[in-house]
Amino acid sequence: MIKFPVPDDSCEYFDKEHETMTREQIEALQVERLRDTVRRCMSNPIYKKRLDDAGVTPESINSVADIRRIPFTTKADLRDNYPFGLSCVPLRDCVRLHSSSGTTGNPTVILHTQNDLDEWANQVARNLWMVGLRPSDVFQNSSGYGMFTGGLGFQYGAERLGMLTVPAAAGNSLRQIKFMKDFDTTALHAVPSYVTRLYEVMQQEGVDPRKDTKLKVLAIGAEPHSEEQRQRIQNMLGVKAYNSFGMSEMCGPGVGFECKEQNGLHFWEDYYIVEIVDPETLEPVPDGEIGELVLTSIKREAMPLLRYRTRDLTRVLGRTCPCGRNHVRIDRMKGRSDDMMVLRGVNIFPIQIEKILMNFKELASNYLITLTTDEDNDNMTVEVELEELFTDDYARLQDLKREVTRQLKDEILLTPIVKLVPKGTLPVSDGKAVRVVDKRKVYQ
Amino acid sequence: MTIRQISVFIDDKAGSLVKVLDVLKEGGHQILTSTLADSPEFAIYRVLCTDAERAFKSLKAAGFNVLLPDVLALAVADEPGSAASAIRILSDAGISIRYMYSFRLANKGILVIRTDQTDRAKEVIILNKLQAVSESELSAMIKA
Repeated sequence: MIKFPVPDDSCEYFDKEHETMTREQIEALQVERLRDTVRRCMSNPIYKKRLDDAGVTPESINSVADIRRIPFTTKADLRDNYPFGLSCVPLRDCVRLHSSSGTTGNPTVILHTQNDLDEWANQVARNLWMVGLRPSDVFQNSSGYGMFTGGLGFQYGAERLGMLTVPAAAGNSLRQIKFMKDFDTTALHAVPSYVTRLYEVMQQEGVDPRKDTKLKVLAIGAEPHSEEQRQRIQNMLGVKAYNSFGMSEMCGPGVGFECKEQNGLHFWEDYYIVEIVDPETLEPVPDGEIGELVLTSIKREAMPLLRYRTRDLTRVLGRTCPCGRNHVRIDRMKGRSDDMMVLRGVNIFPIQIEKILMNFKELASNYLITLTTDEDNDNMTVEVELEELFTDDYARLQDLKREVTRQLKDEILLTPIVKLVPKGTLPVSDGKAVRVVDKRKVYQ
Repeated sequence: MTIRQISVFIDDKAGSLVKVLDVLKEGGHQILTSTLADSPEFAIYRVLCTDAERAFKSLKAAGFNVLLPDVLALAVADEPGSAASAIRILSDAGISIRYMYSFRLANKGILVIRTDQTDRAKEVIILNKLQAVSESELSAMIKA
């Protein structure tokens, strides 16, 4: 059995060698790992053709900037080559796959070798160590397990660090709170809106998180949230809440995490090359300017992704930090360069909503999705115009509304608020229908 | 034996009702009675007006979600207990009412009834000698 070393509790770093590299060392390592990754990608016919067409060979990579000669990879590429078309190792070398829900077409599938899983666990352990967690801590994970990477990703990372883990999984707030109290949970991973929900239930149950639990650290992510929301969460529970960034395409959680400074997320540049580009021109933007986050995984075996367009909009805050880590600091996500919405950790495209609404002949083609934050809970309202008044009976109209709600819930896994509105009443802008209005506090 | 009612689907925003009424005004329709229940989000405005079919077409042309359902209009004596007697007859025959509203016209009480069992209701009305008014009878009562 392979034993992974864990440093002494007093050490500030889980992996001091990599975490405290100078910029020069980081870039030298990136060049080497990018070369290896390009070499590995050459074994895949789709990548090989793209790299050949662009005239890229492993030997021609001599600086990090050389990455710009490599073509971008998109979510469409993953879908088009579903399920295993972009794998760079034989399937017999893979030990796990994770998949998106794939409701907008083919799902995206990400393969992992055992080494990929080990490195992923190391990344997550590095993050949790960075915010002060040690093997004596108790880590509770309220993520869904299964295909969603927030479950197993944090699970293996927390185990790697050596904590006692409580794989509570999603939902059942009363049980979550009982576990927290009974097992002396010190760290919790949750989506921000769920933390608010837990706090509400605690209040109803007369539980004071400061007195009745030993909670000291929260890891929050998988859902956009503002600095104000974070402050509120911290004040509610009396703990520090650290922002986590992950995406299944890169592995899952662990890609970036805030240090104790809480001034941007350190993206681990020994694992990823981070670019911020103008989503229109695809040219790099200067540090500090908002653009689309592009990530290249440079230490993955099964399915490295070259210049993957995340569609997340953010910016570089800096490349040094008082914590001693020189890995680039990235701002919290500012929005999307496509029409994807992230609500309570679930990715939703308007086309999914549209597809369901079109199934109802009673409904017209015009609809409006409004995202709001109501008392810290993010909600989706779907207003849809009625095509023909097929009844003048309130009960039948309510039945229609219920059925639309049910089908939408099956599709997007969240229950939206559905409103039937008269024909011609939804807003139109410059002759084009307005489909999504995001009034959540996060992007303001 | 039945008459046609206008049902318009409107939202709960201020000004929705005025738009409907403006169309009726433009067409010179006289409103005999109308009803609007309080309901969350949306409402159905139900109107009995003169020249219902033309009103329906105008509202449709104006882009409204509108329906022209058949309803029963029972004329009863303008005295205590007449509504109870009429409704008991329907009730005893097992006819359930979806909704009902009433108004007074030409010294008569008019009970406007929407049921899913219109054909059965018609039989019961004939057998029990209830007075169901037609659209032309209604017009005559307005002029009287």
